[in-house]
Amino acid sequence: MLKIENLHASVDDKSILKGINLEIKAGEVHAIMGPNGSGKSTLASVVAGKEEYEVTKGSIIFNGEDIEDLAAEERAHKGIFLSFQYPVEIPGVSVTNFMKTAINETRKAKGLEEMPAKDMLKLIREKSELLEIDRKFLSRSLNEGFSGGEKKRNEIFQMAMLEPQLAILDETDSGLDIDALRIVANGVNKLKSKDNAVLVITHYQRLLDYIVPDFVHVLYNGRIVKSGGKELAHELEEKGYDWIKEEVNA
Amino acid sequence: MSKYTEDDLREELKTKQYEYGFYTDIESDTFPVGLNEDIVRAISLKKGEPEWMTNWRLEAFKSWKEMIEPEWANVSYVKPDFQAISYYSAPNSKPKYDSLDEVDPELLATFAKLGISLDEQKKLSGVAMDVVVDSVSVATTFKKTLGEKGIIFCSISEAIKEHPELVKKYIGSVVPQKDNFYAALNSAVFSDGSFCYIPKGVRCPMELSTYFRINQAGTGQFERTLVIADEGSYVSYLEGCTAPSRDENQLHAAVVELIALDNAEIKYSTVQNWYPGNAEGKGGVYNFVTKRGLCEKNAKISWTQVETGSAITWKYPSCVLKGDNSVGEFYSIAVTNNFQQADTGTKMIHLGKNTKSTIISKGISAGKSQNSYRGLVKISPNADNARNFSQCDSLLMGNECGAHTFPYIEAKNKTAKIEHEATTSKIGEDQIFYCNQRGINTEKAIALIVNGFSKDVLNKLPMEFAVEAQKLLEISLEGSVG
Repeated sequence: MLKIENLHASVDDKSILKGINLEIKAGEVHAIMGPNGSGKSTLASVVAGKEEYEVTKGSIIFNGEDIEDLAAEERAHKGIFLSFQYPVEIPGVSVTNFMKTAINETRKAKGLEEMPAKDMLKLIREKSELLEIDRKFLSRSLNEGFSGGEKKRNEIFQMAMLEPQLAILDETDSGLDIDALRIVANGVNKLKSKDNAVLVITHYQRLLDYIVPDFVHVLYNGRIVKSGGKELAHELEEKGYDWIKEEVNA
Repeated sequence: MSKYTEDDLREELKTKQYEYGFYTDIESDTFPVGLNEDIVRAISLKKGEPEWMTNWRLEAFKSWKEMIEPEWANVSYVKPDFQAISYYSAPNSKPKYDSLDEVDPELLATFAKLGISLDEQKKLSGVAMDVVVDSVSVATTFKKTLGEKGIIFCSISEAIKEHPELVKKYIGSVVPQKDNFYAALNSAVFSDGSFCYIPKGVRCPMELSTYFRINQAGTGQFERTLVIADEGSYVSYLEGCTAPSRDENQLHAAVVELIALDNAEIKYSTVQNWYPGNAEGKGGVYNFVTKRGLCEKNAKISWTQVETGSAITWKYPSCVLKGDNSVGEFYSIAVTNNFQQADTGTKMIHLGKNTKSTIISKGISAGKSQNSYRGLVKISPNADNARNFSQCDSLLMGNECGAHTFPYIEAKNKTAKIEHEATTSKIGEDQIFYCNQRGINTEKAIALIVNGFSKDVLNKLPMEFAVEAQKLLEISLEGSVG
């Protein structure tokens, strides 16, 4: 589904990703871990198509298509979703209205009619129940005055609504207490299928107890320096990142 | 990757074309340029006005001659040459029409371009329209339905002839002839406008709407509107305008007076889309408007405005809260782009006890425009327990525009409670990227953000106007984006 080859990217002429290779197949869950500043969030932004990042080398192939020239919204239409580490506020735009616009814009891009209001309401009800979201929450302005937990839950709610093929969860666990973490992880697990894939970016192993990865990659200094199964996450939790750094620098 | 930055956006905005820019050639009956006592008399004569009206105009003209054009607003422009303007212009086919077939086809074509088909409007929206092209009303509909309720809705010229007692009593009672420079000018030379009277206890069954148009080269337009809501009555009045594109500046100096007697309520909504000038700041309408309402006991007046047009806007719809327990509201969205300048806001004058006022102002600036909110909240010594809440929010797009807030508060009663909140924000690239990532393109994202920002005010508009206003916001800000 996603194939990243020798990806180099920089922002403001500062090189951050220095040759990433990663392949994600449908039905898989991958986790990317690594110390602060290793390039984890940059990788997420580059795949999603954030403009400030410049791809200097390498390619991102999504379902056989090189997506480098596609705008962020076009990538979204193709089924790439990013759960933001810091979701932005849009005052005066309700969660419902935002989702309605997002879904209909995506449908429009695919040459489909707008979703009938009835179906939209049904979908919203279904997905909000899945994530144990209070209906009142949906009429509030997007992320305005939301707690950290509410913001993250709202991100996963949007993911549920948009049903992406590839979901990138950027530090979704940060700012979540244990109950919220469980709800969010449950939501992600319920949305998992053999046709979609999840890329979890996290600092800690905690989230991976709930969303169990098939593969764990360690990102350090812009490169994936170690890959393994879920046991690698445990190892990192126990030993920290220093031994990886030593291995790399040796 | 197609890179779309704020700089691109600004470029796009600059190239936005005015959608309603066209000019209709209708043979007109136009006065020579210039202003003197004879012209004032001639206007009055042309309209067949009674002597008291002629004298009232002359008094206004006398005051105007002594007055000077105000300069305190945060706008700069070349002052109009008042002797270079023709003060009267009327479409040639003077008689009123029984059916649309009789109306000048060119005029109908103009309406079609604007999307105002009278037929359509009549059938679909149930909105009674008093269409003003330049100065004389050419079509009035739904008069009968209104007549059955005793509601008078006609041109001000007609009202002067048919209902002199009402006009004589109320004209100039809220905005006196010498209130300010432009109001004095308007009082002397107003050519036409609308008049509305709602009898005691009557709830007007439909939204009243007037479309104003400027349509004659070099002709200033001086509208005069008078709305009287008698005791316990209710009316919602909609005013919307678009003007043809033109190179030289056009002066628009309107006066609107609202009178809400005991327990009455008036809702006055405006969508203003006069020609704003081109991307270099050339041309565009000068919009110097005096709008004021008077509230008697328990009365309520709400002003709602969506201002997207004009090169210069100078406009402060105000409420005089004279009666105890009366309520004044002002909801405003002002959009400026390119070289537009807007200085707009309100005055809430609290005279009665337990009077309440609310001000919600949303300014959106793009291009090289300047957008100012100017508001006065005045609590007089007798206004016990007066309350005011003001909120002024500004949204900036790009780095070359300006947003300014000039709130004035004069409280002379210790029991007054006055709150003022102000915010300034900028559409951020992070917000746009967030929307993009959810599949929403940049053009749509901006529309979404702007609509969200303006929601509190858009919600106050009557349904059919809210949709139009939303569209107008998108046109004004995005134009050719995408």
